[in-house]
Amino acid sequence: MMSSMITKRADHLLIAGMIDPNSRVLDVGCSDGGLLQLLAEQKNVDARGVELSQEGVNKCVANGLSVVQGDADRDLDIYPDAAFDYAVLSQTIQATQNPRHVLEQLLRISRHTIVSFPNFGHWRVRWSLGVRGRMPVTENLTYSWYETPNIHFCTIRDFSALVEEIGATIDDQIALDSRGTKLGASATGRFANLMAEQAVFLLRK
Amino acid sequence: MSAKAKKPSKAKSAEDAVLSDVRSLPCSYAHFDESTPLKLDSGQSLAPFSVAYETYGELNADKSNAILVCHALTGDQFCASDHPFTGKPGWWGLMIGPGKPVDTDKYFVICVNVMGGCMGSTGPTSEDPGTGKLYGISLPVITIGDMVRAQAMLVERLGIEQLFCVMGGSMGGMQVLDWAAKYPEQVFAAIPIATAARHSAQNIAFHEVGRQAVLADPDWNHGKYHEDGKVPRKGLSVARMAAHVTYLSEQALHRKFGRNLQDRANLTFGFDADFQIESYLRHQGSTFVDRFDANSYLYLTRAMDYFDLALEYDGVLANAFKDTSTRFCVVSFTSDWLFPTAESRDLVKALNAVAANVSFVEIETDKGHDSFLLDVPELINTITGFLRSAARRRGLEA
Repeated sequence: MMSSMITKRADHLLIAGMIDPNSRVLDVGCSDGGLLQLLAEQKNVDARGVELSQEGVNKCVANGLSVVQGDADRDLDIYPDAAFDYAVLSQTIQATQNPRHVLEQLLRISRHTIVSFPNFGHWRVRWSLGVRGRMPVTENLTYSWYETPNIHFCTIRDFSALVEEIGATIDDQIALDSRGTKLGASATGRFANLMAEQAVFLLRK
Repeated sequence: MSAKAKKPSKAKSAEDAVLSDVRSLPCSYAHFDESTPLKLDSGQSLAPFSVAYETYGELNADKSNAILVCHALTGDQFCASDHPFTGKPGWWGLMIGPGKPVDTDKYFVICVNVMGGCMGSTGPTSEDPGTGKLYGISLPVITIGDMVRAQAMLVERLGIEQLFCVMGGSMGGMQVLDWAAKYPEQVFAAIPIATAARHSAQNIAFHEVGRQAVLADPDWNHGKYHEDGKVPRKGLSVARMAAHVTYLSEQALHRKFGRNLQDRANLTFGFDADFQIESYLRHQGSTFVDRFDANSYLYLTRAMDYFDLALEYDGVLANAFKDTSTRFCVVSFTSDWLFPTAESRDLVKALNAVAANVSFVEIETDKGHDSFLLDVPELINTITGFLRSAARRRGLEA
């Protein structure tokens, strides 16, 4: 939704690296099915997708992917508990109406939940807002405030706080730069919150 | 299309054909005698009975490449070959054939005339062995479940343990859902198109209008019109006209016909077919009567009305698909008001509730319910992609 093809692929490769072969995966907000395709080809997973745009869904199905049209906010409640080994929410949580509910549902329907999101605590965002006094429009956040589908931005620290409030466990947490490559091992805590453009969390409840 | 598809020498009228030729149609037959009765949902049994079916392509050595195509209300087993009465190309020729989405170079396609139909499978135009007369309306009521049970008996007789795919639209889609619910291990993939897990009140209402039109025709004579050498042409034709409107959409009707006049410059201030749409519907009605039996129409509309899959599973549709390993591809069309997308969505919800492997595509088109039979590129792409991926999973292609 918000990253270029190059950063998206890096993001996907990283997520794929967290997923065991032959597992059952649900990708919520699967867009054109890039991650599903990767998982099906490289990991032989039983990959399913949910996508809001009918156009995206039809493209995925025509490519042989198992995808249904659906809305992360409304349509996750129907799935049974622990139906999937992994649920993935890639660059989508900031566009949901109720991120907390979505996250709780993901944790309920999967054994492991992987969430990636743009970090609103990145220094460029802070610069734009703090110094220029303007809502940020960057390489990764390309929309103006009046047209953005991203209605619930958070920082890495905000997200961590929500995870704690929900009572989920963080198994892994990775900070990425604008190209989707990992920041150094030292990039944790407040430093990561300042330097990372994106973050990927591996969670379980 | 297939080696054994024969061209009929001459199109015949329904009266001749239905009465004399259904037992010699250019297709295959399976006969089941008293030792293998068809147990009906009504509690009755039917024996002996026959199923007429057509096949295309070759069954592979391990019998893993069979696709069962289920036809809709007024369809038949000639899905990809010329109709023996009308000479018209098969009703799903766009979908099935060499190089088509359902590629007969790769798959073995079976299409069975439904029980209660009028194209060779036991139905009202079959002879009742008990009386030596045609069944007419003394044939027990047939349900979607009964149709599927008969198909399953045929599939077993053909030695096929698992169908690679069961697919169909409308009433065909109902059969697909019944197959997936009742014989989950025998269905690797399922494609229900423009259908629903139950027939809506509105749809039952339209069917009732059609049936009443048939019943009101004096030539119907309590279903014994064959004995009089007659056919309730008017009644069946009106039934078809009303039904045909439900298969289209307001936009499509407007696009095709508008308020255009038929072969005239001005309104005639009478009740002749002034408008093109009237003339079109009259034509649809009268050609239908030439190829379809009125009593069959009563039976098959009834079968659809009675269909309510959840009812057999404590009213919970998801229970029908519990623990299923079938891969589903559900398809609906935006302008289909007979089986609207909401009903496909309910089906998808039930499948998601059991975490089934399901794809769901809603296709934008103004062609209405009939879209599944028409040249809709997105439908072709969807079926092609889904089948290709399912075939890979089934080990049918590299």
